[in-house]
Parts: sequence; structure tokens; C-alpha cells
Amino acid sequence: MNTPDHLLYTEEHEWADYKDDVVVIGITDYAQSQLGDVIFIELPDVGDEINLGDAFGEIEAVKTVSELFAPISGTITEVNEALDDSPEKVNSDPFDEGWLIKVTPSNPEEKDELMNFLSYEEFVS
Amino acid sequence: MKEKKTPLYDRHIDLGGNVVNFGGFLLPTQYSGINQEHNAVRSKAGIFDVSHMGEFIISGSDAEKFLQKITVNDVSSLSKGEAQYSAMCFKNGGIVDDLLIYKKENVFMLVVNAANLENDLEWLKSHQEGDVKIEDISDKIGLIAVQGPRSRAILQTLTDTTLSNIQFYHFAEGRVGGKEAMIARTGYTGELGFEIYSSANEIGEIWDAIMDAGTDKGLEPAGLGCRDTLRMEMKFALYGNDIDETTNPIEAGLGWITKLGKADFIGKDAFLYAKANVTRRLVCLEMTERAIPRNGCPILMNDEIVGTITSGTMSPSLEKGIGIGYVNVPFHKSGTELIVDIRGKMKSAIVVKPPFYKNGSLMD
Repeated sequence: MNTPDHLLYTEEHEWADYKDDVVVIGITDYAQSQLGDVIFIELPDVGDEINLGDAFGEIEAVKTVSELFAPISGTITEVNEALDDSPEKVNSDPFDEGWLIKVTPSNPEEKDELMNFLSYEEFVS
Repeated sequence: MKEKKTPLYDRHIDLGGNVVNFGGFLLPTQYSGINQEHNAVRSKAGIFDVSHMGEFIISGSDAEKFLQKITVNDVSSLSKGEAQYSAMCFKNGGIVDDLLIYKKENVFMLVVNAANLENDLEWLKSHQEGDVKIEDISDKIGLIAVQGPRSRAILQTLTDTTLSNIQFYHFAEGRVGGKEAMIARTGYTGELGFEIYSSANEIGEIWDAIMDAGTDKGLEPAGLGCRDTLRMEMKFALYGNDIDETTNPIEAGLGWITKLGKADFIGKDAFLYAKANVTRRLVCLEMTERAIPRNGCPILMNDEIVGTITSGTMSPSLEKGIGIGYVNVPFHKSGTELIVDIRGKMKSAIVVKPPFYKNGSLMD
């Protein structure tokens, strides 16, 4: 299982990548492997606000459906529209081409609550 | 409950299978991915570990009489070397389990769902009468399913038994890869396929031999995930989802295995009543918009609930959402447009004739 060391993680198996003023969010390699082949992803719209811990979308695989929970609070600045036609990118490249949304964080302190890669690896082991 | 390993557990790990606890057994949901494995079975061949299934041997001079009373299909019509799909039911018509019955030389072998094994055994024993012996051999038996249009060609390289002589729902005793095995033309996918019963000690070597024989023919190891999508595309019922103690075989579309002309058997009165008073039917629903129905989703007509989805998935073959569910009469008729409430979102569906997937190689 792949767990990049520059990302932060949640117990709901999402990752957050803190760039300068935006946070990229996706699901982990572990999450995609548990879901299996992803077919639909329902994401919010640009401009929508998400709140820490709330469901912000759904990820549907052949056999199961799972809600996406916001790892932080903020305003959506971009959604990965490529996933409309190629949801399988979440399986094949969850940490790069399979990203889900970009968010401007509204509460910088929430970053401290996320796990680093070592804690996450321990969490899923 | 302590998780059990099948005799093939180490092979699933070596093959990178995503192993989970399924009804108490550690089994792979997938290896390469559900879609890929599903498509391999439909177009080439897949190999499944189904060793978790339970096997009972019913013997004694009253064995047939006993099974005739406790199962719904006509056991007296079985000849040696034949298999039959059947069910055991409660007196009220609810289903104890669905099962396969194989008629061997002097005995019958019952193959039951792993999750129901203990209940089934108890049910059988509580009705044991006359010269009847019931033996649970589940732990001694390994079971592999090889399914797909190329299954026969792959297996034929490993056995002297002429597989093209084994008709659908028939079996032969022989050898596969040098090991004694029962080779049955049965399965749960809608494709040409075989199920190979052998000793738990030798099933691993049979698995290896089949894997070797199949590599250049596109054979892939296939997990529980695609086993489920394949069976749903054929509308094969799954116990615990589509059928259980609250459903009867008539409404479940299993009237064809329920032989009402038979002398008294458990559930007969309930089936006669159910047949004359059917209130709902298990139907196939195809989504007409992008959505996937799931177990438990309500089915609506004019804002009123008229049914419930019991199994649903994205169909890899049709590339659409499909569901199986009970729908009240008369909304069960094919062509009826219904709504499925998928987590609060109303999505359109249409009742279609089974099976969803019509190009299976089953009868080849």
C-alpha cells in the first residue's frame, strides 16, 4: 500500500495536501482498494462550503457506496471534472490524477487534527 | 466467531487477493478488480474458490423419501449422475435455504450456503426419520468453480473424462490433474462452467493445475465480488438478500423448482396458498438513468412504496445500474416504469424480463 509522506490523512481514509493557499483532497490508496472499481463520484459544486466531518459527496463502486467526509472546513475552489468520464483514476492514481476537490481552508487549526503518514499507516495496519 | 480459512487461503494471499471475512470464511472479494474478473468470466474463464459451501451426505434406504419430504423439488426424478437445484422450506413456506442435490451411487450430496450450514444441519436432523444418515463433510471437501466459455477447453487438458459428454446439471466422477474429483456442470454465473469437488487436502494441487492450464487461455482468478455481479446479471437468487425465511419460492420466481404435484412435503400447503394469492414478485429492474440501486432501497409508483430492492449493482456487462427486488402485483410486469429511492434521490427504472444478461455461454 502506498502512503505518500507529504500528505495528511483522516480516519475516513481521505488525504489532504496543503499547498500555499489551497488544500487538495482525495481518498487514499487503502480506501480505493477497499472500495474496488469506482464507477460514479458525486462531488459538490465550486463555491460550496464544506464543514469538517460532514458528508460532501459520494463515491460509488460496483459493489458498494461510500460517503465522502470533509477532512477540513472550507470553500470549494475546484472539483476534478475529469472523474466524470474517468472515475477509474481514483483506483489507478488516487494521490494524483484521482484527486477529488480543492478547498480554501476556513480554519487553519484543523490541520493539526490530521494524521501524518506514519500515524495513518499504523491506523490501517 | 473464529474466521475459517479455506484450503486455498495461501493461494489467495499469494495472488494478491483482497481477503475479507465472508460468512465466517476468509475469502477474496477481488484480485485484479471486479470488472476485469467479471469480463474474464463472460469472455474467457475465471476460477473461483467456493470451498466455503457446505456439503452433507444423505444416505440410508430412506434417504430419497426423506429428501422428497424436506426439499421442494422432485428428488425421485433424479438419476445417478444428475444434479438438481432445490430448496428446503418451513411449513409456512419461508425458505430455510436453497441448495443443490447431487445423486451419487447410493447417496445424495447436498450443497448448502455456508452461512446457513448449522441451521440446515439442525433442520435436517430434526426431521430425520427411518433409515437416514446425515453426515456433514464440509471441512473435508474443497470446491473450485471454473466458469466461462473457455472453461471446458481448459479443464479438458487435465482430465480423461470427456467433458462435452457432461450435460448441464449432470456430473461425473473422475480425475482432474491426477487427483480424484467430482466434476459437475453447475455454476452461478450463466456461463458454461464446472464445479470441481475434491478432498480438502488435494484441492490446492487441482487449483494449481487449472491455473497452469489456463494462463494462455485467459483464465483469471475471480473473487466474491464478481461472483455476485455475475449472478445478479442472471437473476440467480442469493440467500440472505433475495430469498430468506420471510419469502416463499413462488414469489421469488422459484415456482419451477417447487413441485406442487408431489405427495405431501414440508411447505406444500403454504405454496398452494401462495400460488393462488401472489401479492408480490421478485423482478429485474434496469435503471434508466445513471444510478445504482442497493439492497434495501424502496421502489415507488406514484409516490407510494410498492416494493424493495434486495440486490443491486452496477452491471459490468450492461454498464447500467441493475437491481433485483420484490414488487407488488400488478407493478411487477415487464415494461412497468418505477422509481427507486436511492438514499433519498428518486431515480427511474423499468421492469425487464430476466436475465439481464442474455448472451451467456451456459448451454454451449
